Amino acid sequence: MLVQMSSMRDAYAQALLDLGSKDSRIVVLGADTSVSIKTSLFADRYPERFFNVGIAEANMIGIAAGLALAGKIPFVSTYSAFVPGKCLDQIRNAIAYPNLDVKIVSSHGGLTVGPDGASHQTVEDVAAMRAIPRMHVVVPADANSTIALVSHSLTLSGPFYFRLSRASVSEIYTPTDEIRVGTANVLKEGSDITIIATGVMVNEALEAGRLLSNEGVSAEIIDSHTLKPIDSETILKSARKTGAIVTAEEQTIIGGLGSAVSETVCESYPVPVSKVGIRDTFGESGEHKELLIKYGLTPQEIVKASKRLVGSR
Amino acid sequence: MLLQKAVKIRTDILEMVAEAKSGHPGGSLSAVEILVSLFFYKMRHDPKLPDWPDRDRFVLSKGHAAPVLFATLAESGYFPVSELKTLRKLNSRLQGHPDFRVPGVEFPGGSLGIGLSAAIGMALAAKLDKSDYRVYALLGDGEMDEGETWEAAMAASKFKLDNLTAIVDRNGIQQDGLTEQIMPIEPLGYKWKAFNWHVLEVDGFDLRQVIEALEKAENMRNRPTVIIAHTVKGKGVSFMEWDPAYHGKAPDKDTVRKLVEHMRQE
Repeated sequence: MLVQMSSMRDAYAQALLDLGSKDSRIVVLGADTSVSIKTSLFADRYPERFFNVGIAEANMIGIAAGLALAGKIPFVSTYSAFVPGKCLDQIRNAIAYPNLDVKIVSSHGGLTVGPDGASHQTVEDVAAMRAIPRMHVVVPADANSTIALVSHSLTLSGPFYFRLSRASVSEIYTPTDEIRVGTANVLKEGSDITIIATGVMVNEALEAGRLLSNEGVSAEIIDSHTLKPIDSETILKSARKTGAIVTAEEQTIIGGLGSAVSETVCESYPVPVSKVGIRDTFGESGEHKELLIKYGLTPQEIVKASKRLVGSR
Repeated sequence: MLLQKAVKIRTDILEMVAEAKSGHPGGSLSAVEILVSLFFYKMRHDPKLPDWPDRDRFVLSKGHAAPVLFATLAESGYFPVSELKTLRKLNSRLQGHPDFRVPGVEFPGGSLGIGLSAAIGMALAAKLDKSDYRVYALLGDGEMDEGETWEAAMAASKFKLDNLTAIVDRNGIQQDGLTEQIMPIEPLGYKWKAFNWHVLEVDGFDLRQVIEALEKAENMRNRPTVIIAHTVKGKGVSFMEWDPAYHGKAPDKDTVRKLVEHMRQE
């Protein structure tokens, strides 16, 4: 099978060029990482609408707030270790509290910077952003969904945190698939177990689904790219059908997707939820694939968790 | 007329914090003449059209001075002066620190160090839109401790924001004590000069000096201006002046009644 690999930051850069050509209110801010993140393509095409503030993330968020207050639509991009990492207060007080249309699109989330080590990896960014009132949190799984979700966010008001991966990923979607903020995508229907994944773990979940299928277990696979607002309708519908859920995310299981899914089912239709994710620890240097194995973020771990839940019924 | 406005706003501040039984009178009283110069003389604004796209913007970065901003906005006509007595109360628009419930508020300042960055964003937008509105940011001298202030200082001169004026309320006191004891910030003017700003120093209670500096800032090309306004925390109330305790403490109503009578007679 020919698998097309793609880059989310290339897709994001392309989306910015397209959106920027249609809407002159769009401005882009960078913090000395714009070549790496490819927002430099926007800077080359629209230099007057690109602001490189240097290595000063807090200031970047504050400036974005001012631009939004004066009618612009700022996209703020650097590595997720630094935004939100270095500027929770600015995001909270200058962006979310006044409910401004600022899109924070951070790349290199999760363990994908691999050899750079724990200081540059993020396990907590999604949980931190989820906890801020009014913040939307989106973690796309591939290039096409990155383009679709970033584009759709322009039609919605309020602050956004997009977390992109540095890793090359297998394409899951086509450019014409309908992918919208707030609506989870059911990628494969199943009846025995629900696997809900986000970001790079969606591909791992699809692989887990194939492995389970070989063993006669029918798994429903859901891409929950939007962690907030979580699509409780799709999750509850699947929970009623399968009666058990495994979540998969490339971040701490405290406050992320597993938590959001648990919060949803606990209140309306309690079913067992098993969480595949990083278990309250920092990462370390190593290749991304090696780290995924060491920290248990693999199709095999998803299969194990699924069989445990199916078997315990 | 400006002098009378200053007296009225000072008495408003005292009455509102006494009614609220909390708030930050010291850093509000030190900034009265600065806001009077802006709202009643320099700034292009219309209280009936708070969202007018070409209005000048005022960012209160030292958001704890909300009482002086609310009093000034009310005296300008953005909302009724009678509403000031709802400050800090449940369901009031007048929150402890400014937010967008109140017409005329341009930025929810309060967490220190962010306001100048936000003002830069507004000034950049003005340049992009080829609009001639100006942006003013009032910073506390305690905010000079914040790293973001200096990130913003670098950025404003990089972007040549001559439509941006920062004003530092140099009242010498932060919450824990004198700035020069808690975290020395002098030589402050030299610091801003080193960041390529046009630096002016004035007596922050002398309306003529403040206004002249604002005019000079407007005439400066390709560089942002900072006006270091030398003031006194708690100005106008003898027992509050130079007392760090009145950074965030309200005087009681009886005391304020006597003070207000005295101020009106003067």
